[in-house]
Amino acid sequence: MSIQLSLHHRFPDMELSIDCTLEGGLTAIFGPSGAGKTSVLRAVAGLLHPDQGRLRIGERLLLDTGTGISMATADRRIGYVFQEPRLFPHMTVAANLRYGEARAKGRALPLGFDPLVALLGLGELLNRRPATLSGGEGQRVALGRALLSAPDLLLMDEPLSALDTRRKAELLPYFERLRDQVGIPILYVSHDVSEVARLADTVILMDKGQMRAIGPAADVFAGGETGDQISRDVAGAILHVTVAGYDERDGLTEARIGQHPIWLPGRIGAMDDRLRLRLDARDVMLMREVPQGISALNVLPATVLGIAAGPGSGALVRLDHQGQTLVARVTKRSVRALDLKPGLALHAIVKSMSVTQERVGPA
Amino acid sequence: MTFGLSPAEWQVVALSLQVAIWATLASLPFGILAAMALARGRFWGREALNIAVHLPLVLPPVVTGYLLLVLFGSQGPLGRFFEATLGLTFAFRWTGAALACAIMAFPLMVRAIRLALDAVDPKLEEAAATLGASRLRIFATVTLPLMLPGILAGTVLGFAKALGEFGATITFVSNIPGQTQTIPTAIYSLLQVPGQENAALRLIVMSIALSAAALVASEWLARNMAKRVRGS
Repeated sequence: MSIQLSLHHRFPDMELSIDCTLEGGLTAIFGPSGAGKTSVLRAVAGLLHPDQGRLRIGERLLLDTGTGISMATADRRIGYVFQEPRLFPHMTVAANLRYGEARAKGRALPLGFDPLVALLGLGELLNRRPATLSGGEGQRVALGRALLSAPDLLLMDEPLSALDTRRKAELLPYFERLRDQVGIPILYVSHDVSEVARLADTVILMDKGQMRAIGPAADVFAGGETGDQISRDVAGAILHVTVAGYDERDGLTEARIGQHPIWLPGRIGAMDDRLRLRLDARDVMLMREVPQGISALNVLPATVLGIAAGPGSGALVRLDHQGQTLVARVTKRSVRALDLKPGLALHAIVKSMSVTQERVGPA
Repeated sequence: MTFGLSPAEWQVVALSLQVAIWATLASLPFGILAAMALARGRFWGREALNIAVHLPLVLPPVVTGYLLLVLFGSQGPLGRFFEATLGLTFAFRWTGAALACAIMAFPLMVRAIRLALDAVDPKLEEAAATLGASRLRIFATVTLPLMLPGILAGTVLGFAKALGEFGATITFVSNIPGQTQTIPTAIYSLLQVPGQENAALRLIVMSIALSAAALVASEWLARNMAKRVRGS
């Protein structure tokens, strides 16, 4: 189901402007706090009325300021998972989950009550009151509640930001299952790069109210042609690999891109599982020769695609490794010393230990 | 079980309760509406409404009673309107006493309900809207249940106030035994006559007992309701 979204709104301190067409899957709106990400979601849900805007989901036109159409929030069929669970405190978890059922009536749910309760692990919680739930449990209930209203589009506004690292790690797999098994388009707002890298199919980059870039997650985080789309802190590669084995003695998982092994620390996934992992551009080193006597386990042959010199001392080098894009952040001095230029074949070196657990998830 | 009260005194107590209960129940929907309008509404004249609602709190009760007499008396414009449309007469009837009590208790009731409404998180109502609930359903299933402790507190407070209303009542509907004589006006009458102190004392004790019971009930209800609403 294709989603057409265009919004323009003037706030006292910011001008919001976004224009895009989305084709399902999980689209992350990524950017620093104050970039206007939440305002986009609120306008999509009808909780904010933009100066100008148009929103079409499939065949349904929900908003068109040109012709004065602005559907009420309740009629939009848009699920919303907020930063905090916002469960109704006077109802049980089960009653919260069933609150949106009236709207779902007569339309096929992506997942019925029982399978959804199982998917989100809510079985034990059904008779509890929201006040007795942990933050992570509350957010899972909120997610289930939104899905059971049979939305055409699901909005998620930093649903993990109020949680500590451990709860975050607990919740991410549920989101991955949701993305892979439920098939509702999701618009997911976050300022956390590891979260976005693990979840997003498409990334919309926002800054100061403006849409800076849109594209497949791997492309956007690689910095695009000019490299200025992405800040140096978050530039990196998103690689899709397949689990090919596990080394018992050293506790390393062998993943492959094509025939080339990449060693990851710890046991991750099962044989033939597809994984996606994020390599921070600062964790990748470049060498012209095959290195000898080096502790890093991963030496990947690669070809330079492009070099984007930043305003400071650094440069972002995009490389091709068997059809997937690697990104290395190196100094301009190194660019000169190695005489880096597009087409040059060299080796990208990645320490296994730099690929921490939270940077690996199912593809 | 007469608590030493004579049938005439019981009649006074029963009429007082009748007046107070009707005053409270009949004004409750308006109290909720006024509280909603004052807490959430953005309309022209909101300040005027605020002042009108609170005026009986500060106006001398005798003035309020006089205004009621002018407006709702048998010759008053509103009095004639209600007589003609609903067959409802206020002047010198217990219904008039109930009206006077309702008006006097209204500001207290509205304030309590408004506080409760302010405590309802609008974010929950937003969430309900995204789940497809109409404004009416949001009010009935989210706002109202969460306001319930405050509504109960306001109701009991209004009831207690109505039970004790004197000035506006006696001005508007006078002090007719069996018709409009409530506990406070009866005590007043008894105290005017030498030798009736004992009868007055019995009603005073009854009055204290009813007021205290109302307060205890309100505390208990509020606590239990709040617990149920918070779900803990």
